[in-house]
Amino acid sequence: MTQEELQSYILQKYPGFKLEPLAHDLTFLVPAEQYIPFCTFLKEDPSMAFQNVMSLTATDYLDYMQVVVHINSYSQKHRIAIKVTLDRENPKISTITHLWPGANWHERETYDLYGVLFDKHPDLRRILLADDWEGYPMRKGYTHWNLTPMPDDVTEVMKDYPTVPNPLG
Amino acid sequence: MEKLPIYTQKIPGGGVLLTATDKLMNWSRKSSIWYMLFGLACCAIEMMATGASDYDLDRMGLIFRGSPRQSDLMIIAGTVTLKMAPRIQTLYEQMPEPRYVVAMGNCACNGGPYRYDSYSTLMGVDKAIPVDVYITGCPPRPEALMNGIIELQKRIDRMSLKDKMAIRV
Repeated sequence: MTQEELQSYILQKYPGFKLEPLAHDLTFLVPAEQYIPFCTFLKEDPSMAFQNVMSLTATDYLDYMQVVVHINSYSQKHRIAIKVTLDRENPKISTITHLWPGANWHERETYDLYGVLFDKHPDLRRILLADDWEGYPMRKGYTHWNLTPMPDDVTEVMKDYPTVPNPLG
Repeated sequence: MEKLPIYTQKIPGGGVLLTATDKLMNWSRKSSIWYMLFGLACCAIEMMATGASDYDLDRMGLIFRGSPRQSDLMIIAGTVTLKMAPRIQTLYEQMPEPRYVVAMGNCACNGGPYRYDSYSTLMGVDKAIPVDVYITGCPPRPEALMNGIIELQKRIDRMSLKDKMAIRV
């Protein structure tokens, strides 16, 4: 299905959905309560037949959080993106692991780095960082005892190091 | 008698320490440094290339072992994360003495490209375990790694059974 056909087909079913302008893939801005019904439709409708979650991540916009899901269909050879806006202080969304099991670790990683809670996820633990890690590093304004910010003037740092003559002259 | 290291007491009729003993021990140690099969990041690719037939660490007496119990040398080939550091300490403690550590690459030396703006990198593996030889490079070429190992062999050559370095209690 081409992008135009895909767009008109989905808007027929869900006329209220907004489109993200200037996006490479066809991108729908989906309200959080419509997320699961929409994903179920995308998986089970025979002419949609999305089989595979390519990526699932989040973006921190300071005012709000946005979960971004790219899904793909091998049989129909098309793909779309879904964006769901969430509250930044309490980001909560339903899991799509029961639809696409491949989303499991993506959701764990999004929880690990952004702190987005996925309701009814079978095993929502940290996946990359240590289990006792505090905070969510990919959020804006994250601080950690191990984190040294890059100095504005790098030449100040270079003063601490001896200058080595260039062996090639 | 108590001040002499335990090695001398094992020599039949012990208590007498000849320089030749030192030489013999050092020669046997430096000629068969068995290193642990242990790679953390992209430096491990260079370490594998050094161990393979093009550069061939085997001709210097180095062969890799799959277990810390049989290893003399741990080459820290790559970025050490805060999550990995306790595991490295455990592996180091499992190695029999005398044991040596080579920090390969900028990441293992002082954090390298992750020195600034990184929350998860340990800034130098010497914060976790003692290091004998540092090799710079990102990643170091196989020649650099071999040079580092030759430096380690020279270092082993200078050791004496009287030193704590040789026994590392």
